[in-house]
Amino acid sequence: MLNVLKSREALLAASWLALIALAGSITPNFVSIQGLRDLMTDLSILVVLAVAQMIVILIRGIDLSVAANLAFTGMVVALLSVANPGLPTVVWPLVCIVVGAMVGMLNGALIAELQIPPIVVTLGTMSIWRGMIFVISGGSWVVQHQFPEGYLAVPRTQILGLTLFFWIGLTVAAGMWLVMTQTRFGRELYGMGGNPRAAQYAGVRVKHHEFWVYTITGALAGLSGWLWTSRYAMANTDVAAGFELQTVAACVIGGVAIAGGAGTVIGAVFGALFLGTLYNILPVIGVSQFWQQALSGAIILLAVYFNMISRKPPVRRILPLASPQGAGE
Amino acid sequence: MAVHENTTPLVELEGINKIFGGIHALRDAHCRIHAGEVVALVGENGAGKSTLVKTMTGLYQPNSGTIRVKGQAVRLATAKAASEYGITAIHQETTLFEELSIVENIFMGHPRTKPSGLLDWAAMRSEAREHLERVNLDVEPTTLLKQLSLGQQHMVAIARALAEAADVVIMDEPTASLSSNEIEKLYVIIEKLRDLGKGILFISHKFDEVFRIADRYVVFRDGAFVGDGNIAEVTEHDLVKMMVGREVGTVFPKRAVEIGAPLLEVASLSNGIEFKDVSFTLHKREILGFYGLVGAGRSEVMRAIMALSPYPFTGQIRLDGVPANWKICGDAIDAGVVYVPEDRRNQGAILPLSIRDNIALPSMKRLARGIWPDKSAERRLAQEYGRVFEIRAASIEQPVEDLSGGNQQKVVLARWLATNPDVVIVDEPTRGIDVGAKSAVHEALAEMVEQDLSVLLVSSELPELMGMADRIIVMRLGEMVAEFTRDDFSAELIAAYATGARAPQPAREVA
Ligand SMILES: Nc1ncnc2c1ncn2[C@@H]1O[C@H](COP(=O)(O)OP(=O)(O)OP(=O)(O)O)[C@@H](O)[C@H]1O
Ligand SMILES: [Mg+2]
Repeated sequence: MLNVLKSREALLAASWLALIALAGSITPNFVSIQGLRDLMTDLSILVVLAVAQMIVILIRGIDLSVAANLAFTGMVVALLSVANPGLPTVVWPLVCIVVGAMVGMLNGALIAELQIPPIVVTLGTMSIWRGMIFVISGGSWVVQHQFPEGYLAVPRTQILGLTLFFWIGLTVAAGMWLVMTQTRFGRELYGMGGNPRAAQYAGVRVKHHEFWVYTITGALAGLSGWLWTSRYAMANTDVAAGFELQTVAACVIGGVAIAGGAGTVIGAVFGALFLGTLYNILPVIGVSQFWQQALSGAIILLAVYFNMISRKPPVRRILPLASPQGAGE
Repeated sequence: MAVHENTTPLVELEGINKIFGGIHALRDAHCRIHAGEVVALVGENGAGKSTLVKTMTGLYQPNSGTIRVKGQAVRLATAKAASEYGITAIHQETTLFEELSIVENIFMGHPRTKPSGLLDWAAMRSEAREHLERVNLDVEPTTLLKQLSLGQQHMVAIARALAEAADVVIMDEPTASLSSNEIEKLYVIIEKLRDLGKGILFISHKFDEVFRIADRYVVFRDGAFVGDGNIAEVTEHDLVKMMVGREVGTVFPKRAVEIGAPLLEVASLSNGIEFKDVSFTLHKREILGFYGLVGAGRSEVMRAIMALSPYPFTGQIRLDGVPANWKICGDAIDAGVVYVPEDRRNQGAILPLSIRDNIALPSMKRLARGIWPDKSAERRLAQEYGRVFEIRAASIEQPVEDLSGGNQQKVVLARWLATNPDVVIVDEPTRGIDVGAKSAVHEALAEMVEQDLSVLLVSSELPELMGMADRIIVMRLGEMVAEFTRDDFSAELIAAYATGARAPQPAREVA
């Protein structure tokens, strides 16, 4: 039953470790303590966004505005922190989550209430928020030395040898796992994705859930805005351009069905770890810029194909197996 | 049984109107269900039965009218509201989740939770096990739904309704994909519910079921109530007359035709998973019936012949003496062999398209002038076959998804017979189709057989097969176990072979 899924995730985890080992054998630095710490720090943003994207894809949607949301929220918080350097650092992630959630609510309202297809809505809001970055910043950048000190330092704080980035990524992933496997809301999302009409018939509040899924995704995208600006110490109009496609790719690699209804948080997390590591490794092992793009594209296609063949409909035997008890009617 | 005049009904609908665009699906409809009774709701395809069900379960909002639960007027805004008032339904179309486990299918929308608010999987699993026991389904509750057969999936739907512990349980054609065994189990379940004081609304086009299980009947015609009463006080004939408003022959109009030369020869077809050693010969103008329990492998054989099976098979197929190596279904269709699948909603109709598009689809090439489709010829074709199969719709431009369940079935049947094939393989041709249209379907098949059509008729309805077929092959667990010619048809014997109560006939007799 779940073995297929489990083994697929195990396989993905194994390939991820193999990838790291490969990189390590070429560039030993990559697998040094510092190297791995940096890797986990880098990957945490993609993990958060992949998990956010996963719940949207699960309900047959897509959110192309996550990266724009990240960039917009990042700019808002960067400008605020520059203007109010004295405020406690804990304010910034909170601001980001709230702003991101509001951006997500707009998506949710348009999709759930007005029934506009998600791809159209989020393509639109993607442009809107990219444009808004320009409007609020006047096109100027916020760069490293402008940020208050704590803003850049806190996420780098190490706990048990790993940065706060990593712990945030882990918390988000674990929290989402809990929601998706152990709560009514999460399981009802699987129902909505698998058979929307049946979900409605079963009394699932489809619109309500849809609205909140986009809101949660928005909130997580906002949180990533904070992570991104402090990780790269910069906010501008082009931050994370095209990153939304990486989040979708991570989900696909992780076995989330693009048609909705199937996929796991663990899968999405490992999809993100694998893809993020790949993007990190290719330059390190000296693959040229042009080949990087082509190679990662090919790997995504391969992953999709692999998912497809592992999702074959189960065999419904009619003929009795050799032993007569195996018979099914 | 129905001396309920003085008790308050569990649910009562009064003056319900429901209009879809221009279609008046329910007109001033009324209906009541008391505690401890089974009410059969009968009516033709499109009479408004499912619409009534959806109104009672909060899925449709009536344009006007009153719904009372235990005497109190209520508004059922959502499915959730209806279930809170104790009304649940097994809907006509499948409303389950293939990718999820049985447990989740049973508890979707009304889960058991721990005090912490998290799901209580252990409680749900053990409760699910109980419900599965009640419907006699011997599988682990953690099994994914997609691993079950269609019949088993239906039993899960029933288990789901039981788990809701509702006062009123509505079943919209629950027996359509159940085997006779499973139907018997369903009767037992319904009787238990009745004895517990629940009210049951049972919808079916099969009168034997209605007379077997119902205490009272309600008849709808064209969205309006036309009568009700105690089942003991009517005959099938009376019910049909109320439903249709005229007399309908229920005899199966087999016509005497001269059976011709062998046409489709199938020799030792096996695929190791679904069927083994299937051999038969279909002659020109012959109707060859296939009987068996649901899941006996009949449909799987037909799909293999049509090159629709995912599994490779061994054995030979010859059409008119020529080996048929059909690679894709289109090859078979080009050769004049068409297949009307059993699951017509998923494998047949293209729901968003109009009736005309659906019927004309495979005939488009034949009707077209060059590369230009001939719309008016398509319209004529759709109209003609729509009439033959008594499709009830506002117009042939109506999307198929807006049709009633039975009318969707007819559209698919019409589509394939409109291609003017040499051989048609029909899988459960009259499932979900009302009495009148059923005899129209039989009539149409008989007439086309006269004009050289040969038919492989897969059906789980023995009377239909015994009425229509020249020969009947019985299958059980993927193998042919017996064959009968028209002169020695015997319902008991055929059923005995199908259930395995009798050991298979020796192979030489089968071939
Ligand atoms: N969503 C809809 N939009 C438009 N018309 C509809 C819709 N649902 C039902 N109808 C129409 O309402 C009428 C009643 O349909 P309904 O499904 O209630 O019939 P039924 O009695 O259940 O028939 P069957 O025995 O075939 O299942 C039909 O004419 C159908 O075309
Ligand atoms: Mg119906």
